[in-house]
Amino acid sequence: MPRLAIPKTYKMLIGGALVRSESGRAIEMSGGNVCRSSRKDVRDAVKSARAAWPGWQARTAYNRGQIVYRLAEMLEARSGEFAELLGEGGGAEVAASVDLLVHYAGWADKYQQCLGTVNPVAMPYFNFSFPEPMGVVGATANRGLNGLLEALVPAITGGNTVVVLADDGSAIVASEFSEVVATSDVPGGVVNILTGLQSETLPHLAKHMDVNALVLTDEPQRQSVLEEATENLKRLVVSAPGRSSLEQIRLLQETKTVWHPVGV
Amino acid sequence: MSKTKTTKTGSAQVPHENGRTRPALRFDRAAAYAPAPEASDIVTIKARQGHFIDGEFVESAEGNSFETINPATEEVLGEVAKGSAEDVDRAVKAARKAYEKVWSKLPAAERGKYLFRISRILQERAREFAVLESLDGGKPIRESRDVDVPLAAAHFFYYAGWADKLDFAFGGRTTAPIGVAGQIIPWNFPLLMAAWKLAPALATGNTCVLKPAETTPLTALLLAEVLQQADLPPGVVNIVTGFGDTGAALASHKGIDKVAFTGSTEVGKRIQRTAKARHLTLELGGKAANIVFADCALDQAVEGIVNGIYFNQGHVCCAGSRLLVEESVHDRLIQKLEDRIQTLIVGDPLDKNTDIGAINSKSQLATIQRYLQAGVEDGCEIHQSRRTLPKKGFWCAPTYFTGVAQSSRIAQEEIFGPVLAVMTFRTPEEAIEKANNTMYGLSAGIWTDKGSKIFKMLSQMRAGVVWANTFNKFDPASPFGGYKESGYGREGGAHGLAAYLEVK
Repeated sequence: MPRLAIPKTYKMLIGGALVRSESGRAIEMSGGNVCRSSRKDVRDAVKSARAAWPGWQARTAYNRGQIVYRLAEMLEARSGEFAELLGEGGGAEVAASVDLLVHYAGWADKYQQCLGTVNPVAMPYFNFSFPEPMGVVGATANRGLNGLLEALVPAITGGNTVVVLADDGSAIVASEFSEVVATSDVPGGVVNILTGLQSETLPHLAKHMDVNALVLTDEPQRQSVLEEATENLKRLVVSAPGRSSLEQIRLLQETKTVWHPVGV
Repeated sequence: MSKTKTTKTGSAQVPHENGRTRPALRFDRAAAYAPAPEASDIVTIKARQGHFIDGEFVESAEGNSFETINPATEEVLGEVAKGSAEDVDRAVKAARKAYEKVWSKLPAAERGKYLFRISRILQERAREFAVLESLDGGKPIRESRDVDVPLAAAHFFYYAGWADKLDFAFGGRTTAPIGVAGQIIPWNFPLLMAAWKLAPALATGNTCVLKPAETTPLTALLLAEVLQQADLPPGVVNIVTGFGDTGAALASHKGIDKVAFTGSTEVGKRIQRTAKARHLTLELGGKAANIVFADCALDQAVEGIVNGIYFNQGHVCCAGSRLLVEESVHDRLIQKLEDRIQTLIVGDPLDKNTDIGAINSKSQLATIQRYLQAGVEDGCEIHQSRRTLPKKGFWCAPTYFTGVAQSSRIAQEEIFGPVLAVMTFRTPEEAIEKANNTMYGLSAGIWTDKGSKIFKMLSQMRAGVVWANTFNKFDPASPFGGYKESGYGREGGAHGLAAYLEVK
């Protein structure tokens, strides 16, 4: 008699812990049941992201780069598993995802020099501008592993913390990737991943006053959140084909300019 | 604590050190200046002016117009066309045609040359612009002459040079112009804001429809004459004058690819909700904290505080309207501030001695007065300049409130007038907490002689511009713009180019 398999309970990542939805709801998928997150889950995730942000943005850029690289290592170690999960072309997608992580790991301590400037003002002042993370970034992801990483990696590389809403189509991949995050060196709360129905959760993320920016997959999605997201002037970033990685990072950065007199 | 009391002998008393009082300084008598008005005959204002569309001045489609007045005298300066949706539509079509047929085909270096020309003509006609700006807006001639006009010319000169160097500004990233930009500007720096909007938009290859504020349309229309003088191709810049509904028609026009707005946070949000354009930048309100530590050069800080809040009658989105003072130095600082505001000359904007001009409009004066009332109602102590104000026109004495609570309306809301809210703190952490306790994040100030403290503070303040041991400094090369609900996007510097480009 064959051995009875042990199916996995898919969980979400909130505040560094793998948890099920507080609502006790699930969506039945062909690979198993995935969590159907609720408004409360969204709020918990934003709270965790906000709490984690001061520490994350204060880490050295070098350290953030190492942590993003560690994500690449952990994903590489599980690449077979992910390739199988993603089905046809999965191997290539996992490889691309690992390479994406490695690419961004290298950006962590470099984009500042590409985006920062010393400004030659016509007065006796020293004046410079540099990028600073926006804070808590909300994102939607719906294109497998790669889509998930494109939604969250530019944000965290740039010192933001994120709450990602994976749609039901990529929920299992997102749940598996949550385990990669949980077992790497990413501090709890820096990455939060919720599964379920975006149509249910996105409005709550869009109206949350402690979210600074939203990364959205397309223009209709932007239109759908516009009314609520405008309440605290969330920065709205819509994915665009062919956008460079540096630009992806820049779109989630503020620019701070500092003036100081020069004299004795 | 620093309330002015009157003694039996009738002389006003103000607090001195160690709880004692001393007679108030009377600068109005001791330092009276003879009038030194700038002549206004250099400016000729047409009785009636149209929109500037497709290179020509035209009447509005319905033939409607409105008056613009001198806020210092309430005299009518002239009439300008009142823009309708049809006028906006005409302007957008002209801009589209110019974009497709002319401007996008022009070599980048040639675009730049037009901007250099505009800058030079602005410098040549600087006096005219300065006088007109003060007449129409009420700002002191010293400011329009030394700040607004030279900075506007410098802005065109700066961005002129970027036109053929865009590839260098975005190393590794590709860029393309966006198309037609709809630009809506406020009344506090009318010409300068027009320059901030037009110069980067044109340098990056876009064409523009500009909507000046209803109380200050004149310098924008004079700028249109400069554009004609510079032979800028028709339709590249179009100017439609009017009120909020004209701005709304422009911001939500479907033929616009980009909206750039400077103004209140409330209107900025409305624009974000209704704009059809995919590209948007907003430069909105502010409530800047100006943080003064006990170890700073106190007299310099007082000058910075005065410049921070009373510059341009406080009609400045980045004004240092919240003063956070380290508790140990509060009384000494207030004493100096009290003396200093009594020296400020409030009056004729055209007088070269004037420090504080007229409030821009009757309605803005009413807004400021409502906040003065709110401050008193909230239990704050009001202190004002004792100088007499002119009878005609719109005026507000330089004002500061002490004993202000974080929750007070005058500490939370943008007043846009010469009104300062003074609060105290004990530790740097408390100062940061209080400074960031606002929905705004446009600017901030720090006063300390300790370098490491400056960097600690500036790294934690959520504001787009931080002035350390200075305040209210502007330059075309210096990016300007907000965090949080002060808007997004930057104007000035290489960063300002991105607002008008599709960057990949």
